[in-house]
Amino acid sequence: MEKRKKKKRSKDQWTAIAFLMPSVVLLFIFVYGFIGWTGYVSFSNWNSLVPDFSFAGLKNYLYLFGDFRFQADLRNMLFFTLLFIALIILLGLSLAVLIDKKIKGESIFRNIFFFPMALSFVVTGVVWQWILNPSTGINNFLKTFGIEPMWYTDTNILAGFRWGEIEFGLPVAIISVVIAAVWQLTGFALAMYLAGLRGIPDELREAARMDGASELRIYRKIILPQLRPITAAVIIMMAHISLKIFDLIYAMTGPGANFVTDMPGVYMFETTFRGNYYAQGAAIAIIMLLVVAIFIVPYLWNNRRADK
Amino acid sequence: MKKKLWMFAVLFFVAIVAAACNSDDASSDSEGGDKVEIFSWWTGAGEEAGLNALIEVFKEKHPDIEIENAAVAGGAGTNAKAVLASRMQGDDPPSTFQVHGGAELNESWVAADKMEPINDFYEEQGWMDKFPQDLIDLVSKDGDIYSVPVNIHRGNVIFYNKKVFEENGLEAPTTYEEFFAVADSLEAAGITPLALGDKEPWTATQIFENALLAVLGPDDYRGLWTGDVAFDDPRVKEAAEIFGQMLDYVNEDHASRNWQDATQLVANGEAGMTIMGDWAKGYLAHDLGLETNVDFGYIETPDTDGEFMVITDTFGLPKGIDNVEDTKKFLAVLGSVEGQDAFNPLKGSIPARVDADPEKYDQYGKDTMEDFKNSALTPSLAHGSAASEGFLTKANQAVNIFVTQRDVDQLVQALMDASSDL
Amino acid sequence: MTTTPFSIGKLFKYTILIVLALFFLMPIYVMLITSLKPFDEVSLATMWDLPSTLDFSSYVEAFEKLGPNFANSFYLAIPATILSALLGAMNGYVLSKWRFKGSETIFTLILFGMFIPYQSILIPMIQFLREVGLYNSIWGLILVHVVYGIPVTTLMFRNFYANIPDEMIESARIDGAGFIGIFRHIILPLSITGFVVVAIWQFTNIWNEFLFAVTITQSDQQPVMVALQNLSGSQIVQWNVQMAGALIAALPTLLVYIILGKYFVRGLLAGSVKG
Repeated sequence: MEKRKKKKRSKDQWTAIAFLMPSVVLLFIFVYGFIGWTGYVSFSNWNSLVPDFSFAGLKNYLYLFGDFRFQADLRNMLFFTLLFIALIILLGLSLAVLIDKKIKGESIFRNIFFFPMALSFVVTGVVWQWILNPSTGINNFLKTFGIEPMWYTDTNILAGFRWGEIEFGLPVAIISVVIAAVWQLTGFALAMYLAGLRGIPDELREAARMDGASELRIYRKIILPQLRPITAAVIIMMAHISLKIFDLIYAMTGPGANFVTDMPGVYMFETTFRGNYYAQGAAIAIIMLLVVAIFIVPYLWNNRRADK
Repeated sequence: MKKKLWMFAVLFFVAIVAAACNSDDASSDSEGGDKVEIFSWWTGAGEEAGLNALIEVFKEKHPDIEIENAAVAGGAGTNAKAVLASRMQGDDPPSTFQVHGGAELNESWVAADKMEPINDFYEEQGWMDKFPQDLIDLVSKDGDIYSVPVNIHRGNVIFYNKKVFEENGLEAPTTYEEFFAVADSLEAAGITPLALGDKEPWTATQIFENALLAVLGPDDYRGLWTGDVAFDDPRVKEAAEIFGQMLDYVNEDHASRNWQDATQLVANGEAGMTIMGDWAKGYLAHDLGLETNVDFGYIETPDTDGEFMVITDTFGLPKGIDNVEDTKKFLAVLGSVEGQDAFNPLKGSIPARVDADPEKYDQYGKDTMEDFKNSALTPSLAHGSAASEGFLTKANQAVNIFVTQRDVDQLVQALMDASSDL
Repeated sequence: MTTTPFSIGKLFKYTILIVLALFFLMPIYVMLITSLKPFDEVSLATMWDLPSTLDFSSYVEAFEKLGPNFANSFYLAIPATILSALLGAMNGYVLSKWRFKGSETIFTLILFGMFIPYQSILIPMIQFLREVGLYNSIWGLILVHVVYGIPVTTLMFRNFYANIPDEMIESARIDGAGFIGIFRHIILPLSITGFVVVAIWQFTNIWNEFLFAVTITQSDQQPVMVALQNLSGSQIVQWNVQMAGALIAALPTLLVYIILGKYFVRGLLAGSVKG
């Protein structure tokens, strides 16, 4: 009896692995095969329409790291990702807390905040490009309060200092792109947090209240820690969007004056398909993947540890 | 629960069947193989109409040959170029595709040995004296001709608001000296002198290339691209300085606008002038409903009288297609007077042939056709005719940085570095 | 917290919500009024102004041009959504309930696929699709979306199933149910809300995706997002038609959110959010 069960189990185990195989094979080709190809090209001399796979060593990488535009891209990506994720979490969580409290018209509010998710980034980009246009957009209203930001045309770098070829600091123009991206995706964080809040048993709050804890303290000590895994999931979903961001930038601002709103994805597309620098474009892709690894590996590692 | 499972199964099945049916249709569609597939980035209002008119002319002559209009929009042709590059790399060329005459054709697809020379075809059609020699040179490499030009746009044009100029007692400038004088008066009158929309940097590059042409003259301007004139020539620096000075007169929000938004500033009198290819005429006259020579005027950019910055769309014959004869029939229509006169009035360009019928064109078209015959033709950098797209990409980047930083030496140095690719 | 009907806190709460809602609606306002203007009235300077007369011609024009591509988008998005959801469910099931030595490594490798920048793999992908004969077909596009959807769907389902107690699986096993039996009779019935979340996410993404669509399909195969781009020309963009088109093209995804929005939260609540 014992023995039979064991055997069945291992047979099922093999079935399980077999069911996993189609995905693994497909991903092996479409992800790792293509990454391998890209990596191979990035070390080649293929920088025109004529494929040239001769070995170039680190030439393409060295060029990029000395390149004004690419340095600016890395800076922009860093600040965009940080601001975007921080704001999404803040706004998503606050909205969830407000909506969670059984308010009137919940479904109306919820649908309003979900709505932008239904649009494509290209459409979002165009609309926000208009709204944040410094001479005709929302400044028409802000003027009355005496403020007229330059939005995405601002070439200033906040708290900038010279580093390499560029001025390192927060590019003011990036804030405009962050606003558009946050507008589009806050709904996702809201839904996640809303689900999370409703998943916390009322007894937990009640018990704390009985102990005389203030509402603020309940949030800090009980609710927020419970939401931590949700925050991790939001971060990982948003990070993968923000690190690859392309359509939104392309439609909204383009690379921007002095490359203040450029991103590696945009640079890669332009240099590969407009300039025919295939090897340089491939090198950008590989660097992007390495940056991604910096984000995702700690998350996965953490996940595994938590599982054990 | 069972019910729900069933629903899933049914949904799944329906989806698969739907997709299968659809793809069956598709494969039977594309199995024709004899279709002439015309690949372009013409999807906008006037240009699409022009292309369709051209296709109509073709259908009348060859009702038995099927045409597929494979246009890809977006990013001023960038998406189309990405698709084209992927298909050419994968040896699946369209029957014929849109490409700007000059380096975009010669330094890329011809250099990559993907194009068929069509000298005999030109002889056969009797075209050798129907296109200007300068233009034929633009679509030739090492003595072989590779494509058929269908239209001409002019890149060195200033469009100005006539009413604004009249109110301020100004004349359209013909030299840079006059240009800056006019710009100062406009500024004093509280009007933005020069409208620029460089959200896409080629618009700024276009101002710079016209300054280069003005300072160097047509021969030495061409010399830049053949390597006879180096980029550290003091005149290049002079042109860069003029360019920088002009940038002092542009609208503050230039980075947020595209060329249409900038042209609107001229149309509604907020700005005096804009430097743009003459598709801006189509936009002003057609889309904004302004009257040529009443509401807005046009003149070549300063110091380029008798010079014509050419932007030409051409179609060639890729290697490895299986319907060469049908495609040639299409190219024959494309290069014919009838074809060009069907296409160009709608597109807002002028015909590439010198013997087309001027009566089919508006006043601007007639003037430009006259200029086209009598001017020195020079290839545009901003539109890929003068130098390889690799150089252009780097040049656009350098110009983009220059617009903010205004460092003349840095711009010249960047051009020097990039010219090693030429 | 016992809330009195007229508390300041409540007023404060609604004020914030309404202000934010207005902020979220502002772009929609701009889209709507632009789409209702004739082209010569469309300009940056008048972007906030109401149209002088309601002009629906943009919608007619946009609908005429987008119509044929709508069907393509459904042929694409529905099978791709279902297939990627099913594969994700299968993977999630294996990776949460049938772990084996190295399964975590496989999960990590699958997840990494989420982060690949798609522009960088266009050329090898097109060559591969041509090799297998799927280039320039909706099937090719479905395949691509399914494959690049697997990481996200696997992640969601794995986290979703992690909340199903192992004891349930164990007792079913003792009753003699095998791998497939457990999936069919226990896991799938519990996954409805999970499927809703994954389907919404995938459907929206696939519907709105542009880069693959434009490179893999040509002319009459193209989904609606490509046709939407094609409304604009290389040099002249008719923004009124563009905006009307954008609103028309967003209708299906919008309906998905409105109809399934409630289940979206409920589905997330059921556990697919736990990181």
